Amino acid sequence: MDPRRVPRTVIDPKVRQVGFFAPPDRAQSGPLPQTSESPSSPPLSDISPSGNSISPVMIPPPRHLSDLSSRTIPAGFPPNRLVSPLHRFSGESIIPIGSYNPSEFASPSVADFFEDKNARSPGPRRSRGAGGSGKFASSLPAGGFELPPEVKPTSLTTVSVVSNLQPNVTGKQSTSFFPPFVGCYLCIHSVDSYIVHWYFQMGIGYLFKDRATIEGNDYQKCLGCVLMWFCCMKLWLAASIKLSMVTLTLSEKSGKEQSSQDGHSKPLKEKLSKAERRALQESQRAAKAAAKAEGNAGSTNPKTAKTPVQKKDTASIATSHDKRGGDNNNNNNNNNNNRPIDKQDRKKEIPHPRMQFDDMSRVEKANKRAVVKQTEVRNRVELFRHLPQYQHATKLPDLEKKFFRLTSLHPAVYKVGLRYLSGDISGGNARCIAMLQAFQESITEYTTPPEKALTRDLTAKINSYVSFLINCRPLSISMGNAIKFVKTRIANLPLTLSESESKQTLVSEITRFINEKIILADRVIVRHAVTKVRDGDVILTYGSSSAVEMVLMRAQEVGRRFRVVVVDSRPKLEGRLLVRRLVGKGISCSYVYVNGVSYVMHEVTRVFLGASSVLANGTVYSRVGTACVAMVANACGVPVIVCCEAYKFHERVQLDSICCNELGDPDAIAKVHGREEINHLKDIANDENLQLLNLTYDATPSDYVSMIITDYGMIPPTSVPVIVREFRKEQIWI
Amino acid sequence: MWRRSASFILDNRPLQGDTVTNPESRLLSPPPSSSMAETLQNPNPDPTLTISPYYQTRAAHHGVVTSDWLAQAQAAAGGDTDTRSSEQEGSLKSAASEKSFPVIDEFNNWRKQPDLAEAVAAIRALASVIRSSEATTMMELQNELKMASDSLKSWDMTSISLTAGCDLFMRYVTRTSAVEYEDFDSAKSRFLERAEKFGEISYKARKIIAMLSQDFIFDGCTILVHGFSRVVLEILKTAAENKKHFRVLCTEGRPDRTGLRLSNELAKLDVPVKLLIDSAVAYSMDEIDMVFVGADGVVESGGIINMMGTYQIALVAKSMDKPVYVAAESYKFARLYPLNQKDMVPALKPIDFGVPIPLKVEVETSARDYTPPQYLTLLFTDLGVLTPSVVSDELIQLYL
Repeated sequence: MDPRRVPRTVIDPKVRQVGFFAPPDRAQSGPLPQTSESPSSPPLSDISPSGNSISPVMIPPPRHLSDLSSRTIPAGFPPNRLVSPLHRFSGESIIPIGSYNPSEFASPSVADFFEDKNARSPGPRRSRGAGGSGKFASSLPAGGFELPPEVKPTSLTTVSVVSNLQPNVTGKQSTSFFPPFVGCYLCIHSVDSYIVHWYFQMGIGYLFKDRATIEGNDYQKCLGCVLMWFCCMKLWLAASIKLSMVTLTLSEKSGKEQSSQDGHSKPLKEKLSKAERRALQESQRAAKAAAKAEGNAGSTNPKTAKTPVQKKDTASIATSHDKRGGDNNNNNNNNNNNRPIDKQDRKKEIPHPRMQFDDMSRVEKANKRAVVKQTEVRNRVELFRHLPQYQHATKLPDLEKKFFRLTSLHPAVYKVGLRYLSGDISGGNARCIAMLQAFQESITEYTTPPEKALTRDLTAKINSYVSFLINCRPLSISMGNAIKFVKTRIANLPLTLSESESKQTLVSEITRFINEKIILADRVIVRHAVTKVRDGDVILTYGSSSAVEMVLMRAQEVGRRFRVVVVDSRPKLEGRLLVRRLVGKGISCSYVYVNGVSYVMHEVTRVFLGASSVLANGTVYSRVGTACVAMVANACGVPVIVCCEAYKFHERVQLDSICCNELGDPDAIAKVHGREEINHLKDIANDENLQLLNLTYDATPSDYVSMIITDYGMIPPTSVPVIVREFRKEQIWI
Repeated sequence: MWRRSASFILDNRPLQGDTVTNPESRLLSPPPSSSMAETLQNPNPDPTLTISPYYQTRAAHHGVVTSDWLAQAQAAAGGDTDTRSSEQEGSLKSAASEKSFPVIDEFNNWRKQPDLAEAVAAIRALASVIRSSEATTMMELQNELKMASDSLKSWDMTSISLTAGCDLFMRYVTRTSAVEYEDFDSAKSRFLERAEKFGEISYKARKIIAMLSQDFIFDGCTILVHGFSRVVLEILKTAAENKKHFRVLCTEGRPDRTGLRLSNELAKLDVPVKLLIDSAVAYSMDEIDMVFVGADGVVESGGIINMMGTYQIALVAKSMDKPVYVAAESYKFARLYPLNQKDMVPALKPIDFGVPIPLKVEVETSARDYTPPQYLTLLFTDLGVLTPSVVSDELIQLYL
């Protein structure tokens, strides 16, 4: 769905700090004078070692305006903060080496990132002029960029943005506009395009590199070399760049002209080479980020009210999506203005299910497309920042308001989404069936728009539904598999079929999927599992799994005599409903909290568990607490049986429950309804030093699982990849 | 893993491998009785089945059962077993008489051959069902086969390899869509061809395993063997023929003392052999390089069901870091998944304690145990040398 990997702007390879601790930005309240120059230093840590540290043009990739930087730039870093070695490096050792602030050596193509930060917090930046690296400002190009005395601080940002956008990318055109400056322009240009080129290579290389494998030391070496090289190069170029400054300011005007004659610039665009196009995209992204930063700064600096106009000048897609202000009308206007690029963006409409939510640039992008308004969450737990944060409280009313505006969304899908959001439908199978049925409904009422192909358009439709559902609640793995099924079905529709025929085929295929892979599969599982229930057994189960419930009911019907221990945990307490239903059937039940599991395990002879998903290494991904129960059972020598339909198997491998999880409502663990005397956390829920973590899933290692009962029979956890290998094909190509 | 044990050197006698005229060497050449026509004329076996038929066969084949054991067996297996088996026999008789071909008789004929495994006998019997079938349609033939295999399976519920062999035969023979498009006669001959082929593969499995395992037996190693397994004997025999120098420790294999028979066989091959009582396994584990066991059945988890005592040997071997190798033909792969020792169809076998046991004392008469996969190192099968986790892979491919 999102085949092309976008070169990510970011990635702060920060050493993940394990455990719970306050995000650094909240540790201090205001700018500290002694660290006032740090805002420009973090980019250093972003350099990826692109293989050889002697690469001539290694530019610190722009630090994306991640949550951290965007929120903390004005503040700076307190010296006693828990900083990763990289940050420390950039702050301490760089300046002694060349005593140059790296941002000042950065080429114009990246300078904008730093410039805008500086610009939007003029206070510290200005004060910096007197201290630390300010003395170089006069002799160095970046310093020149920064403070042309005749330019107002607001337009200053635009200068830098434009100067980076225009000359880098559309250099040829600009030169034709300004013949007198051709010479110096080209000079800058050759360097810049080279730099941009390198930058992309590094970006790409970086994308495919595991974050964790990058050593801090390598960074340091690499950075040192590059910086030194930069010093030389930039000093050498200083004169020509000074000259170019004039060009740049002029080129800004040219940019305005260009955007005013939009028709003129469009045909030119098509002539761009691939690298140039990428450069353009990159600079647009940069501009967007800059604009966003401006938007943020707008609240503090009234002078930046002019920014929208300037953004239009740059003809970028810099839609100021103010996180706090976020007025939709403004957004829409901007989108209308920038239609061609918007179209481009639409391709990657769906945020990847495993999007990293600490990657702010991506989150921004996703938010812009999101139907549901995403709000900023306070108090993220450090280890889980990359996960979509729980925002239920603000979403629901917001969504309800929008009902009549979301015309593109089928009401059935909308309904299902709302029910996910309200927690009305929970449980893997129920959610999956509800989703598939909504898709069915939307497919039956679907008509192909004129001049469009059904397969293409319907896939796009499904994609938009899926992204809506993701906004309501993150997809489960089983739903991902089901969606994959639906999409392959659509893609494999024979072209000869008429529209009604293909719709009918699709609907019947989906019905078949529900029947075969979920309902029938459950019956087979029950049949197998009942053979493992013997007279006199004590069966322990955790939470409420539909499959396990069916097994127990069936075993009772068959006439086995057994007892059930239902283990439950806060905050969901799903087990209570299960106990109620089991007792209603006449099964003798015990009900304990997970705290008592080690006590109760000694009398248990079998543990039956449900699963949200089973991964290729046999890891069982299930309701949080399952791993604990399985571990205790394993320690007591009790066999652990997992009941899971094969459509929930996934070929991914996961070692822990951190990298992929879902966060629940943090208030649910802070408050206990009806127990005022123990609600001590209620009034400090917003305290900076308190992070509430309510995980939804956990990963049970396969060592603790004795058997997985699936629709293909009883298999050991080591055979999950066999099932995936042998039957995924069939499932997709039925 | 190369560790020459000191005791072996003391015991080391020059192996006169070439001078040994192997009395068992006829086993290596295809036995003359492998053609169907000859054995069809074999006389029917006596139908008096009082103990678990599987063990009766074993007892007859291994020939180390004392008369008092048999007497006790009669006594222990009295009562419901008797009635059960007789009524079963009766029902089978009636079922067989309705059908054109008495598959049980055929099976029993085949079973008489001492070196023919039960499953292979069943496979051959089922093949002869196809041959003598008078069905005229494919469905009819398949039904007939199904009934025959069901009756074979129900004849002895306790034998895992029999059940698994029948199931596999059914899969192997009938699992193809290609036969549906031919005319019946050619389809039937195709069936027959496959049945013969499958019987042949199963028959040869032992030799394949013996060949595969040779790389694991190194000069100077000491091997612990539990009970009597024809595959393990074949392996050791082949190793002796390849002039490998090794020593074997045999457990006694109570209650039917199958280890005694194995030690006899090995002594005939001039392989140095030492006999242990079953409880001396841990005592002698430190001088052992590897453990070889056979299997009654290989289950889906990759564990094995085998003669009582295998589990404890595997446990001891695991705790002393010795490899445990299992030799099993692929027709012993069964779609079972025991969770623990009691989670199996019990196969009971009376035990001779030599002295009268008071009635109040309960006797554990279970004849086999389940060894979980984590205690096994490798499985030697005719499909190759497998780790326990691959068993499930193979089973899924065989059955699904």
